[in-house]
Amino acid sequence: MQNRSGSASVAGDERSSPVAFTVNGTRRELTLDNRTTLLDALREHLDLVGAKKGCDHGQCGSCTVLLEGRRVKSCLILAVTLDDCAITTVEGLAGPDQLSPLQEAFVAQDAFQCGYCTPGQLCSARGVLDEIAEGWPSAVTDDLTGAVRPTDAEIRERMAGNLCRCGAYPHIVAAIRETAGDR
Amino acid sequence: MREFRYRRPTDVDEAVALLGADPEAAYLAGGTNLVDLMKLGVQRPDLLVDVTRLPLGGIEPLPGGGLRVGATVRNSELAAHPLVRRDYPVLARALLAAASGQVRNMATTAGNLLQRTRCFYFQDTGKACNKRDPGSGCAARHGQNRELAILDWSEECVATHPSDLAVALAALDAVVEVAEPDGTRDVPFVELHRSPGEHPERETTLPRGALITAVRIPPLPAARRSAYLKVRDRASFAFAVGAVAAVLDLDGDMVRDVRLAYGAVAHRPWRAFRAETELRGRQFTPELAGQAADAELAAARPLRHNGFKVPLIRAITVRALTELAEAQA
Ligand SMILES: Cc1cc2nc3c(=O)[nH]c(=O)nc-3n(C[C@H](O)[C@H](O)[C@H](O)COP(=O)(O)OP(=O)(O)OC[C@H]3O[C@@H](n4cnc5c(N)ncnc54)[C@H](O)[C@@H]3O)c2cc1C
Ligand code: SF4
Ligand code: FES
Ligand code: FES
Repeated sequence: MQNRSGSASVAGDERSSPVAFTVNGTRRELTLDNRTTLLDALREHLDLVGAKKGCDHGQCGSCTVLLEGRRVKSCLILAVTLDDCAITTVEGLAGPDQLSPLQEAFVAQDAFQCGYCTPGQLCSARGVLDEIAEGWPSAVTDDLTGAVRPTDAEIRERMAGNLCRCGAYPHIVAAIRETAGDR
Repeated sequence: MREFRYRRPTDVDEAVALLGADPEAAYLAGGTNLVDLMKLGVQRPDLLVDVTRLPLGGIEPLPGGGLRVGATVRNSELAAHPLVRRDYPVLARALLAAASGQVRNMATTAGNLLQRTRCFYFQDTGKACNKRDPGSGCAARHGQNRELAILDWSEECVATHPSDLAVALAALDAVVEVAEPDGTRDVPFVELHRSPGEHPERETTLPRGALITAVRIPPLPAARRSAYLKVRDRASFAFAVGAVAAVLDLDGDMVRDVRLAYGAVAHRPWRAFRAETELRGRQFTPELAGQAADAELAAARPLRHNGFKVPLIRAITVRALTELAEAQA
């Protein structure tokens, strides 16, 4: 059978796959068209619209979520590859009625204007704080074998994958630095 | 995006067999390049064979020194590994200078080496491109070619290889372990990628369906003094417009050993063998480093918009080597 994109080679029952993963602690079972990205699975199938579609090509960071605790771009991951994986989205960073210290700091530091990039910034920052705590170096770390400190330069470099069209960058850095200091 | 079937084998033979049975199949690793190109319609596989659950993870020290890096090790994990940070700074630096934290958490060793060019015309299905559509022409040859090659290009294709990791591995004389339908084989890293010639659609010397299983990095004590210098249009999160990987081993001020490789200058990561020959056994001076770069770049044929890359590569060669020499003084 011919489909819209003009390929006749994939039989109907092979175009989609069952997949089961955990999102914010809840197990989800879906059958998805193999082409579905994690971002679209979250937004279109699970009604979790926190992660945003900015560029859909890995370049803006607004779709950032945590996969097995590591920050990733959900627009470049096919959902059917994620069997048995654990995903955390911005909705899962804290409970429904409270904010995490990082989210509190974003509010206190006025780290956003329109807010479109914010869910991605928050998930990326969560990953950055863990990477620093584990001693992962970055491109601006002078001593590759030494300790890593959450300086402004380190935070800026590590957050380079998250664009903010409103230019809230200095406040985002301040919020992350404040949270790193509290740990 | 074209529809496709999806398989997730758990052993290498099965993965290789799946690819062998379908000429339109492709391996899927981190997906950061392939999924992007599928969205753009540049790549149209009808079957994706997911390699990320194959037993190809892990970074192991080798008995005689050196490291064996599994094909599915993520770029971030490799950059953070204590032995990489201590023994191969050029490798850690190249990885950390690439992409963003999120991309590095997804990107794998093998996927990085086999990522496709960032030539804008390759990514635009409305433009002529011999690499994407053999025989259609090359829109970049006389188009906007600031980012593209200065060395070893052909009339058929002037693209560059975009990987930073590959430049470091070229300098380190890595070896690529490959599984093919009729067995396994080692490929010296500098023989992995091809010059464009008349067939820019063929980017590596690997046969179709070959699976990279690991990369071995030989012991090289001198690599503890190594550097990766990358020039880009913004301070972070951008591909190179020029890059150099350098290892320098001095005995007093004499060059005992040196390894140099360039990025963003050619269709393949460019090992600068001629420059190395100029340097080896001589007294190191910044002037000598410049002469060595000149010897390598004598073959350069800049395109209309990228003449600046010749002095740029010369300058970063001198800077990288001089800084390494000063650190040993
Ligand atoms: C926004 C952005 C910025 C970037 N910036 C940089 C940068 O500055 N420097 C840089 O070096 N890179 C950069 N990259 C590219 C990135 O490093 C690559 O996309 C990544 O390394 C590819 O790895 P992957 O595992 O995601 O590969 P995939 O996308 O899964 O695969 C890439 C190719 O490799 C093949 N493949 C994968 N694994 C195997 C295997 N084991 N055997 C045989 N074939 C295999 C696939 O079939 C495919 O053809 C950037 C990417 C993005 C999205
Ligand atoms: S340079 Fe190569 S990749 Fe770019 S348009 Fe020409 S043929 Fe295509
Ligand atoms: S939407 Fe994923 S990086 Fe822009
Ligand atoms: S707050 Fe508007 S894009 Fe960042």
